[in-house]
Amino acid sequence: MEIKELTIKQAHDGLKKKEFSAAELCKSYLDRISKKNREIFSFLEISEDLAMNQAKEVDEMISSKKEMPLLAGIPCGIKDNMLVEGLKCTAASKILKNYTAPYDATVTKKLKAQNALILGKTNLDEFAMGASTEHSAFGPTKNPNDLSRVPGGSSGGSAAAVAADLSIFALGSDTGGSIRQPSSFCGTVGLKPTYGAVSPYGLIAFASSLDQIGPITKTVEDCKMVFDAIKGKDELDSTSVELSKIAQAKYDLRNVRIGVPKEYFVKGIDPEVEKIIKSAIKKYEDNGVKIEEVSLPHTEYALPCYYIIAPSEASANLARYDGIKYGMSNAGSPASKLLDVYLSTREEGFGPEVRRRIMLGTYALSSGYYDAYYLKAQKVRTRVIDDFNKVFKKVDALFTPVSPILPFKIGEKIEDPLSMYLVDIYTVSVNLAGLPALSMPCGKAGKLPVGLQIIGKRFEEDKILEIGKLYEHF
Amino acid sequence: MISEEEVKHIAKLARLGLTDKEVGKFQKELSSILDYFEKLKKIDVSDVEPSSRSFAAENVLRRDEIKEEQSKRNRKLLELAPETKDGYLKVKPIIKFS
Repeated sequence: MEIKELTIKQAHDGLKKKEFSAAELCKSYLDRISKKNREIFSFLEISEDLAMNQAKEVDEMISSKKEMPLLAGIPCGIKDNMLVEGLKCTAASKILKNYTAPYDATVTKKLKAQNALILGKTNLDEFAMGASTEHSAFGPTKNPNDLSRVPGGSSGGSAAAVAADLSIFALGSDTGGSIRQPSSFCGTVGLKPTYGAVSPYGLIAFASSLDQIGPITKTVEDCKMVFDAIKGKDELDSTSVELSKIAQAKYDLRNVRIGVPKEYFVKGIDPEVEKIIKSAIKKYEDNGVKIEEVSLPHTEYALPCYYIIAPSEASANLARYDGIKYGMSNAGSPASKLLDVYLSTREEGFGPEVRRRIMLGTYALSSGYYDAYYLKAQKVRTRVIDDFNKVFKKVDALFTPVSPILPFKIGEKIEDPLSMYLVDIYTVSVNLAGLPALSMPCGKAGKLPVGLQIIGKRFEEDKILEIGKLYEHF
Repeated sequence: MISEEEVKHIAKLARLGLTDKEVGKFQKELSSILDYFEKLKKIDVSDVEPSSRSFAAENVLRRDEIKEEQSKRNRKLLELAPETKDGYLKVKPIIKFS
């Protein structure tokens, strides 16, 4: 029996009606992975035993007619920067190549509580730094829509796994676009939740004021199911928020007003992408949604602002990989001084992009440059946040492209770091402002998918998901 | 363009070993990225408050108590370290006793 191309909803119904067992479902996904993963390389590690054991529990649950949570028996992939106890967690870095997670991340705990089946850990740019998954120390993931192209990044392994039916859903993390951009490139639905909506406990930190975990799925409905399963207050993380305590404003989709920021349609956008995004927006308009042009005047400053703040935070966060506490270590080498252990461990363990960002961040934070770079960027961040606050007094949500360009060829941008950074131009503002944003497929240029970004007000995930769902029914 | 000395200084602050070849590479790459940051010179934010995060954060405190689960986990965490002694991480000496 071949079971594939299922959404969470379809798989859940299939399990309930006993069309297939959880073990059969699990096995069919593991089989596909063993056939396809060599080509696509979305998984770094397959956790067959864990998944099959979980499936057995679900089948017992079904046969004893217990109430089944929505994600019970649903195969999923977890980006390899989130901890699953007993599995390796490498962040696609040589420095954590042999690191085994000693505990579960909060999101892992929540998925396990629902009995979701964890198939394995998905590939990413090293420490989630990149827009193509080419910066993985273990090799690039390929875009299932065109194997010569990148799947986007940094959650490229997660998006490719869902797009290639190697998994029904996957978790990603998004610091500057890392869930949305690969979703756009692979043709999946990806949600970057509001900062604070999902606990980052057990997520390997990149830039702590920007990082958020979120779902990558096939449909908007699935996206909501996974988001609902992983969100909420966590006593282990001080940034997480109890969402049920936040009053959701009542709204009627027919009266929703959506802004299109004019600064997102300027020089640099691929004309094909622009055409597809504009025709998607037109579809909304034709179906009665009120669309108006708005302005976010500080848009052009958001990218340089982000590329100061994110590497600065990263340089501090990654100081912990010193060869003393865990991970790769040259402490055993005859190097005589402690400083030599630090220098040689970090020289050998970190790849080129991570080193670049550590250097950049250290520079921006160093004495003499702090005011000109880091402090200035923090002030610009205030302006970027103010822009959104102002515009959200007039409209309920924003429509923009996710990426200015189509999925590019593997190797095309790897030699020119700045050209890779420019790909993030439409996604970083959302992280600076801590807002929720959805990437959903809205068309294709040839075989290459294009994603529409729907940005919402803080904690209004449900509203942007509803707006996204409308498109699936046009 | 930033100087060779600056690159070496930053690498030392970052505790990052560099090869000689990399010094030249970073000089070029960091300079082109820093040039791009010049864009920010166009905007005057002298009267703006800086934001370290996207919303006002509050301190969240917990009771200072030993939890059984936590002390079990501590042992597991220590097992991940390359060198330990008597329940402590072991590092190379940084002070010389004469």
